[in-house]
Amino acid sequence: MRIALFITCFNDTMFPGTGRAVVTVLERLGHAVEFPQEQTCCGQMHFNTGYRPDTVPLVARFARTFADYDAVVTPSASCAGMIRENHPVLAQDHGPSELHRRVDDLVPRVYEFTEFLTDVLGTTDVGARFPHRVTYHPTCHSLRGLRLGDRPLRLLRTVQDIDLVGLPSADSCCGFGGTFAVKNAETSSAMLADKTQGVLDSGAEILCAADNSCLMHIGGGLSRQGSTVRTMHLAEILAAAEGAA
Amino acid sequence: MSNHGDRGVVWLGSPTFPEAARSALKNTQLRGNLKRATSTIRDKRLAVSAELDDWEALRESAAAIKRRTSRHLEHYLVQLEQSVTAAGGTVHWAADAAEANRIVTELVRATGEREVVKVKSMATQEIGLNEHLAEAGITAYETDLAELIVQLGADRPSHILVPAIHKNRTEIRDLFAAEMGNWGQSAPDGLGDEPAELAEAARRHLREKFLTTKVAVSGANFAVADTGTVVVVESEGNGRMCLTLPSTLITVMGIEKVVPTWSDLEVFLQLLPRSSTGERMNPYTSAWTGTHDGEGPQEFHLVLLDNGRTDTLADTVGRQALACIRCSACLNVCPVFERTGGHAYGSVYPGPIGAVLTPQLVGVENAASLPFASTLCGACYDACPVKINIPEVLAHLRAEAVEAKRAAKRLPTAEAVAMKAAATVLDSPQLLAAAQKAASVGGRVLARRGRIRRLPGPLHGWSDTRDTPAPPAESFRTWWRKNKEGEQGER
Repeated sequence: MRIALFITCFNDTMFPGTGRAVVTVLERLGHAVEFPQEQTCCGQMHFNTGYRPDTVPLVARFARTFADYDAVVTPSASCAGMIRENHPVLAQDHGPSELHRRVDDLVPRVYEFTEFLTDVLGTTDVGARFPHRVTYHPTCHSLRGLRLGDRPLRLLRTVQDIDLVGLPSADSCCGFGGTFAVKNAETSSAMLADKTQGVLDSGAEILCAADNSCLMHIGGGLSRQGSTVRTMHLAEILAAAEGAA
Repeated sequence: MSNHGDRGVVWLGSPTFPEAARSALKNTQLRGNLKRATSTIRDKRLAVSAELDDWEALRESAAAIKRRTSRHLEHYLVQLEQSVTAAGGTVHWAADAAEANRIVTELVRATGEREVVKVKSMATQEIGLNEHLAEAGITAYETDLAELIVQLGADRPSHILVPAIHKNRTEIRDLFAAEMGNWGQSAPDGLGDEPAELAEAARRHLREKFLTTKVAVSGANFAVADTGTVVVVESEGNGRMCLTLPSTLITVMGIEKVVPTWSDLEVFLQLLPRSSTGERMNPYTSAWTGTHDGEGPQEFHLVLLDNGRTDTLADTVGRQALACIRCSACLNVCPVFERTGGHAYGSVYPGPIGAVLTPQLVGVENAASLPFASTLCGACYDACPVKINIPEVLAHLRAEAVEAKRAAKRLPTAEAVAMKAAATVLDSPQLLAAAQKAASVGGRVLARRGRIRRLPGPLHGWSDTRDTPAPPAESFRTWWRKNKEGEQGER
């Protein structure tokens, strides 16, 4: 199986550690990972802000870059959702018929990281050890977009020595919403305040999720409030082998 | 784009959503009220919908019925007109709010009456009927308790189902004490703020209206095409009073409310109360077919209102918003609505459904901030009993809003310029790598201990409450090139 990593432009730029973690986990499970350098961005920001025509070259680039792989794995639920839900629509509405065909062919082989581990590789134990108190925030795109369900939690539960605690009002949005956090900054902040309170109430040292964008938002709020709670992409927890022999 | 000033729906002079939300957010009392009210109703809805093991099938059926009906809307509306006429009613067709207001005003004038009682109705709010009647010297009395509160306060509704959700009981007590006397029977002296006392005061005030007023105006939740039956679903019984006691009944109904048969109606009567009030069945369901000698209203008029609906129907993505049955489930689960309340939407239709319906009814250029008043979190879509994919329509309308702005201006907006530049960078791995290097250097200049506390320009709204991590020294693609590229060949 030829596996490609789609890092996403945001993780590439801001959270390269998440990409390294995905590579670590997949290699630990005995799989080789490739990183096609022609990859860039799924177009989510442009699409969600209303700039559809600008996304079409990105859709075409994605389809071209990953056409030859058996599986494309991405550590971002929202980018996976963008590709799955909107690339076919964009290709159909704005692209040549040939692009539409290629997108339809590729999209079923694009997986969010926890989907790939549980559904394709059929594993929930990736051999991690992480002796910390952790809470998990199901991001909107994980929960209601991709319907990841308990896949992330099944993976986290097998991590050795982890102390997994519940997050109050876990399923409510953190208020990020991409450009929403800029266009409607005050409303976004009000939602963020409730989310950070939930994180503090959970008693966790670390907040994890399947999307670094939401984590940057919540982590940014926690940091501003002077909290010591850290945020980590769950891939980084699954990659950890702290204190393991 | 055309001028849709004749359509009502929006409150003229309203600020954009972000501005209105900014002031609403400062009202901590409002936020407390909203949080309590919406979370209670949310839990009730989840409990009663979980009782039905065919809930998902019901949602699917409802969506399918609405799709089929809207595909053949013309047929069902003509059938409805024939059925209503055959049963003794009269059907009127109104292209927009102005025409509907004119029709209703003339119908009331023809009775010689100067007062009407009203059943809670979104359609008549949409067209601004009360204000229009007032200009013609006709007084409309709202009889739904919450609508009465809104009317006495010269206020605006902030929720589809519970329009006075922004008021607490002390405020309501004060309003009753001060205003009821100006509209009819006064509130009793020494009125307290216990719910039962307030309800009793409203009951006495309204009872006088029910017994003396000869004309009623209602909306409709549904109308069954093959029998001509019109249906109103309510909780208080005040609607039932209006629908049965007066001698003339005028119903204003959006054309999308028609359903083909009673079998179709059955699906919605299971979904609506559970989704709106969290009840298995609402206390009062009134269904009437034309007129009956010696019983109920002797004259019945049905005004079929278009007001932007056929325009909406022409939009293949946006048309699903017309399936809305006004249950408010989307408002109650919306994290944005929960913080801002309904007034911020500047429309009689607030919340997620308002954000997709309002711009379509009045033209997206006249409500351009509404499609952006959402994080696209999807809670509304999950809650919607007729499966309107609200996030999909929001994203679609965002594209239309951007396009409308582009068409209206000779120079591109700053946002459009930035987006175009970003698109160029993001379509090139080389430019992206260069931008990453620049961000890394720039970030280190701005950051203190790895955190950026202030961001420039339009990003300050973000950095007012959030730190931003400094971009790392090395992007993933650089790390890969340095550490992994050699390995690939070895395998």
